[in-house]
Amino acid sequence: MTSTTDTPAPPFVPLGATVMTEPESGGSDGRGPGGPGGPGGPGRHGWRGWRDRRRARRLQGGPDAGSTGDRGIISISDHRRPSIRRTTRVVHGVLLALLVVAGLGPLLWLLKAAVTPTQDTLRTPMAIFPNGIDWQNLVTAWTTIHIDVQFLNTVIVAAGAWAVQLVVAATGGYALSVLKPRYGRIVYGLVLATLFVPAVVLLVPLYLTILHPPLIGTSLLNTFWAVWLPAGASAFNVVLMKRFFDNLPREIFEAARMDGAGPFRLFWSIVLPMSRPIIGVVSVFAIIAAWKDYLWPMLVLTVPAMQPLSVRLPALQQTIELDVYLAALAISTLIPIALFVIFQRLFLRSAGLGGAIKG
Amino acid sequence: MSTLERPARTPRRSPVSWVRRGGLSNLLFMLPLLVIFGVFSWKPIVEAVVMSLQKTNLVSPATFIGLDNYVKVLSDPQLGQAALNTLYFAALALLFGYPVPLVVAVLMSEVKRARGLYSALAYLPVVVPPVVAVLLWKVFYNADPTGPFNTVLSWVGIPPQPWLQSAASAMPSLVLEATWAAAGGTIIIYLAALTSVSPDLYDAAEIDGAGIWKKVWHVTLPQLRGVLLITFILQIIGTAQVFLEPFLFTNGGPANSTSTILLLIYRYAFQNSLGGNYGAATALSVLLAVFLAVFSLIYFRLTKSWSSE
Repeated sequence: MTSTTDTPAPPFVPLGATVMTEPESGGSDGRGPGGPGGPGGPGRHGWRGWRDRRRARRLQGGPDAGSTGDRGIISISDHRRPSIRRTTRVVHGVLLALLVVAGLGPLLWLLKAAVTPTQDTLRTPMAIFPNGIDWQNLVTAWTTIHIDVQFLNTVIVAAGAWAVQLVVAATGGYALSVLKPRYGRIVYGLVLATLFVPAVVLLVPLYLTILHPPLIGTSLLNTFWAVWLPAGASAFNVVLMKRFFDNLPREIFEAARMDGAGPFRLFWSIVLPMSRPIIGVVSVFAIIAAWKDYLWPMLVLTVPAMQPLSVRLPALQQTIELDVYLAALAISTLIPIALFVIFQRLFLRSAGLGGAIKG
Repeated sequence: MSTLERPARTPRRSPVSWVRRGGLSNLLFMLPLLVIFGVFSWKPIVEAVVMSLQKTNLVSPATFIGLDNYVKVLSDPQLGQAALNTLYFAALALLFGYPVPLVVAVLMSEVKRARGLYSALAYLPVVVPPVVAVLLWKVFYNADPTGPFNTVLSWVGIPPQPWLQSAASAMPSLVLEATWAAAGGTIIIYLAALTSVSPDLYDAAEIDGAGIWKKVWHVTLPQLRGVLLITFILQIIGTAQVFLEPFLFTNGGPANSTSTILLLIYRYAFQNSLGGNYGAATALSVLLAVFLAVFSLIYFRLTKSWSSE
């Protein structure tokens, strides 16, 4: 896919980018790699491209447009009435203002406070740069407080957890959905059963498992494996993958088998390339979850030099000055926000998909 | 595992024919899932139940003590307070967090232009790492008259609030932040459900002379029934396990007004000077899990007839 080649590098970007250019597939209709069919084409990310694609889709009468048409609660004839039009316009304006204040406001404040001297933030928190900008905060946070180390740790934690989750979900989903061994139903039932066990039940036994892992003999405490491996036991990912594989056309598998493809070839050359949309969704879930996690990494990564941002930041609040601390908070927010802005549609679709699966 | 399966299909089987039929490659593909789930999910779940019946602290060997852990946990004077606080958090979270996303989503579904902008703004707080969100709001909740929130309140003539400093306002402050952090996700779920409401229903309602409010009440909300039921129970299950906010904002204070069940479990296991009381911690977590399971079961039984129509 063209859009993947020009993007430099973090491993999850190409996957996400590919999904972005898929036509609205709802994640599970099995259309697979239907080419970069979105009229936006490659490289048309961001707001403009999004709008164009959406419009074009509506014109084509894609699945999104087909079900809703252009109307909602308020009918077209309602829209012609000036009083209703005025009211809706006011309501939408107020709504937008509230969303800006609530959604963007705190983050803008954080950005401002990150480059404001401590005394200004304490005395006049809502004033905008009363005594000028202090860029030094960001530098101090990055170099002296060594947020750079924590930042790198966060990336390592997220990347490893992502890889483990993807391997487990993809191979497991493939085995359960396509290979279908006789014990598959029992395994799938056991995987589903874990969905009903609250995470807190696992906390202590999992901690003791990390202290005394089976077969290995040495404690995994203060190794990244302690975060990576348990992340793989995500029933949600396996369910998503299996359901997606279930919807892939069986004829293609049969044809590949006729041509002599074994299970490994089938997996690598047929199933995986067709599964980019779902791999993108699982990747988003995995990376966000790893970036957010706090309690578990706090328990198993006790050495500050290995801790990710989320674990280190609460410990920093007592020891460093407020302005540098806020700069550190701002830096920690940057990557998730940037990922969200770039892959907005994928994020929002994943969030909606999460609801659809739960529902 | 494979040896269990073999005799069932055909009477004459050897390891060679098992491999030839793809049994080995099946197992190889299943292996990562079996190993990871086995070690990090299935085994710990079983162990949790076993450990809740044992006395373990890693110092002396584990001994079975029957239901003693459960008795100890249930007679702990802190449990009542923690349970009440958790209930209070859940109730406030419903009060703040349940209607707001619904109203916002219904209004947003009518936005024709730039709806993506609205969605993005609503979802932005969800993207902020939860720890950062809590720490940032802790700064907002600065109880000095010059704290960020108190400054804004002073603009409209409201006196400074104690926020996290007083037992009365600490919990509502926690819930306010938690609602801010979570509402965006729920809004997106509702929006997805709203786009699947068939326009024919609105057309039909109009022919029957329904106005906008009637359409919302008699078409939109009933069509969202299934999603609303699910988000309700998911929110209860989530808030029953709240940990991050009370732990980072107040660590249970002031005067234990924000100590929750999960905080109690954490303290049993990891903040015990005598070595972790793992038995008590797992006993309480098993109790919580059973309570939630029973609650969900009753909930789905009660709402069954209502959701299926």
